[in-house]
Amino acid sequence: MSKISSRDFQPQLRRLERRLFLRSSLSLGALTLLTGCNLQDGDTTDRVLWAMSRFNDRMQALLFNPNTLAPTYAASEITRPYPFNAFYGEDDAPEIDAADWKLEVSGMVQDRTAWTLDRLRELPQESQITRHICIEGWSAIGQWSGVPLREFLKRVGADTRARYVGFKCADRYYSSIDMATALHPQTVLALDFIGRPLPTEFGFPLRLRVPTKLGFKSPKHIAAIFVTNDYPGGYWEDQGYNWFSGS
Amino acid sequence: MAVTRTVLVHPLLVRITHWINAFAITCMAMSGWQIYNASPLFGFRFPAWATLGGWLGGAIAWHLAAWWLLAINGLVYVAYGLALGHFRKHLLPITPVLVWTDFRAALALRLRHQIGQYNAVQKLSYVVVLLLLILAVLSGLALWKPVQFQALAGLLGGYEVARRIHFVAMAGIVAFVVLHLSLVILVPRTLPALITGRARAKPDASQ
Repeated sequence: MSKISSRDFQPQLRRLERRLFLRSSLSLGALTLLTGCNLQDGDTTDRVLWAMSRFNDRMQALLFNPNTLAPTYAASEITRPYPFNAFYGEDDAPEIDAADWKLEVSGMVQDRTAWTLDRLRELPQESQITRHICIEGWSAIGQWSGVPLREFLKRVGADTRARYVGFKCADRYYSSIDMATALHPQTVLALDFIGRPLPTEFGFPLRLRVPTKLGFKSPKHIAAIFVTNDYPGGYWEDQGYNWFSGS
Repeated sequence: MAVTRTVLVHPLLVRITHWINAFAITCMAMSGWQIYNASPLFGFRFPAWATLGGWLGGAIAWHLAAWWLLAINGLVYVAYGLALGHFRKHLLPITPVLVWTDFRAALALRLRHQIGQYNAVQKLSYVVVLLLLILAVLSGLALWKPVQFQALAGLLGGYEVARRIHFVAMAGIVAFVVLHLSLVILVPRTLPALITGRARAKPDASQ
């Protein structure tokens, strides 16, 4: 029986090595192509992409018609089961005690008194069946009801000439919208989903519902609302999602 | 002294818009595939090496930046094509008989490439890909602004149907690009003309 030596496999090994080298250099090439085009490296391509995204914000603000309503649907068209989506898993959605919960209000408003759930329920309520469109591409039809944000802003004496309304949430999420969208009749501080108080996974006790924007612009588990002229950004927006993201 | 006579095959504006378009379509397709991967409509994903943007946010940034290039460049080309009779002169006429005759000739490898003149199959495919690009832009606008452009979205059957139309338009454009590039490989002498604009005029090529 002849002894097996590594020398016997030399040509095959060399071929394999060459193939692996080729493959790694290919993915290296792909990597150099990809770095600088993902919005997170800060090089020239990234700066161009960020600048184009800010340009698209302005274009969308021009396209936004405050009187155009999002299409509404029949109750029979509601998507069941309704999909859960967040930057964490469904089991990690924060459990919030309704009795302890308070909504803080700050920034360019006259009345900074915190709001309880009962006080929010006393305000006029609006209901809508609209399509939620996710930035990932999927969409789902749901029914939300609650206080129109413009009604709430009126009650707290917000300066509606300010540029932004910002939201801070109990799940560490945060986001912000332009004032024109905040005053849109279908922009709602939702308390209910399909006729019942919001379930934990869909943002109990209070979430925003903006049918004129992509889904990630509707933060859940809202803990604080503020009115400001300083760009507040957002959880995804700061990583590169387009800020305006209007529909 | 023998002088090589050359003729202008592709005007400067056509050459410039062609290459800008090639770049824009590459960006749009590759970033579009990355966006598709975030929530696949069908039972497959595009391989990562074929995508652009690295992640959903980067891909959307590419898609919505490159779309301006595609749209403005496309408008310039279409305005030129209509105003100066470029389309009428080069892309028409297309009749079923001409297409069938040229298609059969192409399959039999008997179809001659004539400098500066398209056969009926070529004409048809250029017109179809132009219409597919317009469909891709319109369905893309419906997906980008299903509320502000709800009349357009409605015309296309609503948001979810528009998503599928956008995919089909992309698939058609990609199929055209594959065919287009295969033919360039088969007849490589067409490529330099699209850079310099000129090709050598052979006495027998004009027949």
